[in-house]
Amino acid sequence: MRLWKTILAAAVLSMAAGNQALAARTDLVIGIPLEPPHLDPTAGAAAAIKEVLYANVFEGLTRIGQNGEVLPDLAESWTISDDGKVYTFKLHTGVKFHDGADFSADDVKFSLDRARADNSVNAQKGLFAAIDKVDVIDPATVKVTLKNPQGSFLYNMGWGDAVMVSPKSADTNKENPVGTGPFKFQNWAKGSSITLVKSDHYWGAPVFLDKVEFRIVPDAAAYVPALLSGDIQAFPFFDPDSLAQVKDDPRFKVVIGSTEGETILSINNKKPPFDKLQVRQAISYALDRKAIIDGASAGLGLPIGSHMSPANKDYVDLTGLYPHNVDKAKELLKEAGLENGFKATLKLPPPSYARLGGEIIASELRDVGINLEIIPVEWAQWLDQVFTKKDYDLTIVSHTEPNDIDIYSRKDYYFNYDNPTFDKVIADLNLTSDEAKRKELLGEAQKILADDAVVGFLYELPKVGVWDAKLQGLWENAPIQANDLTKVKWSE
Amino acid sequence: MTVYLLKRLAIALATLVLASIVVFAVLEILPGDPARLMLGMNASADQVELLRNQMGLNAPLLLRYLHWAGGLASLDFGRSYTYSVPVIDLVRERLAVSLPLALIALALSTLIAIPVGLYSASRRGRVGDTVAMGAAQLGVAVPNFWFALMLIYVFAVWLRLVPAGGFPGWGPGAWPALKSLLLPAVALALPQAAILARVTRSALIEVLNEDYIRTARAKGLPYRAVLWRHALRNAMIPVLTILGLQFAFLLAGTIIIENVFYLPGLGRLVFQAITQRDLIVVESVVMLLVAAVIAVNLLVDLSYAVVDPRLRSRP
Repeated sequence: MRLWKTILAAAVLSMAAGNQALAARTDLVIGIPLEPPHLDPTAGAAAAIKEVLYANVFEGLTRIGQNGEVLPDLAESWTISDDGKVYTFKLHTGVKFHDGADFSADDVKFSLDRARADNSVNAQKGLFAAIDKVDVIDPATVKVTLKNPQGSFLYNMGWGDAVMVSPKSADTNKENPVGTGPFKFQNWAKGSSITLVKSDHYWGAPVFLDKVEFRIVPDAAAYVPALLSGDIQAFPFFDPDSLAQVKDDPRFKVVIGSTEGETILSINNKKPPFDKLQVRQAISYALDRKAIIDGASAGLGLPIGSHMSPANKDYVDLTGLYPHNVDKAKELLKEAGLENGFKATLKLPPPSYARLGGEIIASELRDVGINLEIIPVEWAQWLDQVFTKKDYDLTIVSHTEPNDIDIYSRKDYYFNYDNPTFDKVIADLNLTSDEAKRKELLGEAQKILADDAVVGFLYELPKVGVWDAKLQGLWENAPIQANDLTKVKWSE
Repeated sequence: MTVYLLKRLAIALATLVLASIVVFAVLEILPGDPARLMLGMNASADQVELLRNQMGLNAPLLLRYLHWAGGLASLDFGRSYTYSVPVIDLVRERLAVSLPLALIALALSTLIAIPVGLYSASRRGRVGDTVAMGAAQLGVAVPNFWFALMLIYVFAVWLRLVPAGGFPGWGPGAWPALKSLLLPAVALALPQAAILARVTRSALIEVLNEDYIRTARAKGLPYRAVLWRHALRNAMIPVLTILGLQFAFLLAGTIIIENVFYLPGLGRLVFQAITQRDLIVVESVVMLLVAAVIAVNLLVDLSYAVVDPRLRSRP
């Protein structure tokens, strides 16, 4: 009898010990390079805001999945009227904001009306431009009427800028964000870290992590020691140049994914001699994309031939249109009456893709007779001089907004590109929701931009993530600005 | 003494006013619009204008200067454009890191530098002096971010004694906070100590050549007593000057070390505010630093009077 007791006790003990080893970690520290200026995704363009809060703290009617697909979120389903102008959303019930307030159709109306109001400072106000009115049918049903059909409406509602907020807390979200998501905000130690904890009353599938800390690490030199010491377990946006130090370490996973960042050599299309098609085409021929990707992006990143991510389902491969060809470039310059070449400026913002890529591009263009003066600028200067005042010849920048080919049709945009045919395609696209038709129009749009050599299309910015090998569920790709932690867990 | 003090105070005040004009003017010339930065590339010009109005950026220049300077005079430092919280709160949070860090680094640097300087000066030209000054030369030459990374690899990655970076705040207790400030303080202190040791040594050597040292020795005082009581005290003036400059640097000029250890210090606040064109933060923090430097200099001036009695009687 005693013996049995002992054996039983030993068995129980060993099981308990086994269980303990099986119980996985539930905390996570993520390194991010930039601190969000504030924590309200509906009031600022900074990617860092969404990279902390999207899908974690705040949710929208729809949401974007890790491959860029539209998924239901707070709206469990919807119907679209035959004319494509009326969207009726059926909302999840029993949803609460973190402050205890109930989420209902009134909050949807409030959030959408607030974002599109005259005094709105929503950085993506254009997402809501098509909305004519928002009506509350009952607490779980809301009807959105559009001025005209809009093919991308459901996608637009999945952006971080279109998340649902409560009238009680909307004004204080900058400091104390209150959403409906699976994590609630706990603490922001300014300059240091932002901490989220699991919300106890989440309506959807429970998350695996109890506590997540986003730690701000501005210097890429600190990434590797932070990983090696175990202080930080994941860098969703790692520095490609430091990869060599962790690549072969079995403790870490290196994940190369896609982004929506079209990295381009922007050209001021109205400024002579860039107003001549031959000159722009000559630049395209002069560019050696492989050399640029190798030098500016550690060999990572896919070449592009127009303004669309190769990861996008509507992508058309146009990289063969202007292969690297110095003779052809010189010939075109000669046709344009510039056989002796010319001088121009190249303004470079701070990211390394621009600063490193700029050096390579300057040397490539020198080979065909275009002498560039490189002018490094800060972001604030870039936005002021290049983007707003259009005082530039050439610049390098990555356009990271998803599905943003329409920027080429915007009046007064910094490319100074004006093509009624292209504008017509985009106008049609906006009114089309049929997938096949949209694909055709998007293909057409990509071809027009490539034919016109509006800018020098370089490559798609890669997403280089490095994290602990035992960590699962982090996004491989970055279809929108986000670090979705809803499926993240520790293995074992 | 009183005249000396009043004169110093008047100069300090005039410097403050002048600095406020220069700081404000320089930042106004800087291209870049905080509203556009916040709203990004997809916002319309109207929206940017709206935000500019909300931020009060469209008021006339002189009015904004007077508003800001008037606020400063009544210790109101304004509100951050980007964080939309009072600047003083931001500064207070950052000082909780920067001030202890600067003090620890300064203490470390003094504790290393003064004995080394004394040792070297008293053994001038001998092996010990050569070795010490060689080490000091190395300390000045080694870039501190590299030295910091080496410290991280040894003490955080390899030995795992301290965290590789970050700052837990003073909430969880003093020890975790101090632990995270240890490596940065060492990284900051060593180059400062190297400079200070060299200054101490040369100041002492100069003093040791003075006639009164020979007299003191001649009247039979032991070498040690001469060194401590007569030489060191007289050599303190250049040492104090350097210490004052170092403290001002350690308070705000440590951006590189703050970045390597990702510490939320004052240097990073200013740097971030400049890139985001959070002008009010830059202006107010820079003014606070100017005030701090002036205060430190004033203290140094006063401490001259303490170590050098001749300054006390001078009008």
